[in-house]
Amino acid sequence: MHEMALMESLVELIEDESRKRGFSRVRVVRLELGALGGVDADAMRFCFDAIVKGALVEGALLDIVVKPGEGWCLDCAEAVVIHERFDACPRCGGNHVQAAAGDELRLKELEVE
Amino acid sequence: MCTVCGCGTSSLEQKEAQGHEHASTHRHHDHDHFHEHSHDGDKASIIEGATVDFGAGPAGAHVTGLSQERIIRIERDILAKNNDYAARNRARFAQTRIFTLNLVSSPGSGKTSLLVRTIEELRGRFPIRVIEGDQQTANDADRIRRAGAPAVQINTGKGCHLDAHMVGHGLETLKLEEGGLLFIENVGNLVCPAAFDLGEAHKVVVLSVTEGEDKPLKYPQMFAASNLMLLNKADLLPHLDFDVGECVANALRINPDIQTLLVSAKTGEGLTAFYAWLESHAARWARANTPTAVAE
Repeated sequence: MHEMALMESLVELIEDESRKRGFSRVRVVRLELGALGGVDADAMRFCFDAIVKGALVEGALLDIVVKPGEGWCLDCAEAVVIHERFDACPRCGGNHVQAAAGDELRLKELEVE
Repeated sequence: MCTVCGCGTSSLEQKEAQGHEHASTHRHHDHDHFHEHSHDGDKASIIEGATVDFGAGPAGAHVTGLSQERIIRIERDILAKNNDYAARNRARFAQTRIFTLNLVSSPGSGKTSLLVRTIEELRGRFPIRVIEGDQQTANDADRIRRAGAPAVQINTGKGCHLDAHMVGHGLETLKLEEGGLLFIENVGNLVCPAAFDLGEAHKVVVLSVTEGEDKPLKYPQMFAASNLMLLNKADLLPHLDFDVGECVANALRINPDIQTLLVSAKTGEGLTAFYAWLESHAARWARANTPTAVAE
């Protein structure tokens, strides 16, 4: 989707953190992406490579951790793992599954020096 | 959360790195290790009053054997900046009692035509303002102004969506009237605008019956983020094989709370229901956002 805009926000966020915490080089950027979030990990990597030139994060490794989607099955009244928003409940096969978690888009941590 | 052992449950969102107890006389778990020695890589900060703080480096924590230049927990949402701007817009809407809808759809679903008709039919009852988002041209804002509502056009250039910062700027040039309606017509795109909160009360997704019934499944984020689906161009249904029931069922699979109205901007079919939805939701929103309601 709008991975380039997201990458720009990410780079700003890291520069903001570097001013607050006083580091000048980033070795690893660790992101958490929810599987239901509609953000593509490969597209994020592509945009990262395109955008880091001259920025603080140039040369850093982008590590993306994909978090599985979580739904709430209204029939089973239980939390279940889903891979798409419209997935049926893996327990009962019903379609009454409400996505509960899995659209995270977070900067988890940085390895810096 | 402590970066050494993971203790504590709250995220670090607003906290600075100057962490908690991992200092020189350090009690952690059931052992305490007092560091009288120094080893390479430790960058202890000596703070006035003779506290040696091993947790003051960028890592905000100290672990024996690891240099200070290590891992920093950030735990910040990448969209945090947009969400801050959205919160500002939302506060402004609450203060001036402006009920705001964010209209999203693919290009060509008839958002502007719907707005034109809505403005013509409702402008006697509410002050209406419109923010138009498109990559290029001011055509849509011109159409809206001709229909009788002040409008501001935001051209995103290469951008595929409106963000809350752009809307904030748009608000500066629009003279909002208290108790009015504000429609934000987003860039025609069923993907990106889903992720960007603009401060609106509700997202309304417009889907025309000339598109496929499976659009909610193909573009789930948008239908998950919306509270109302307007099925537009209903006047064309006799000429098409579009199955309304299947489309609604697909939308409900993505979002069990979504409401659907079948409308036609051309004939006006179903629009009375949309206006009733607007008024009832505006009233409910106003109740929930007045200071007196909070005090009650």
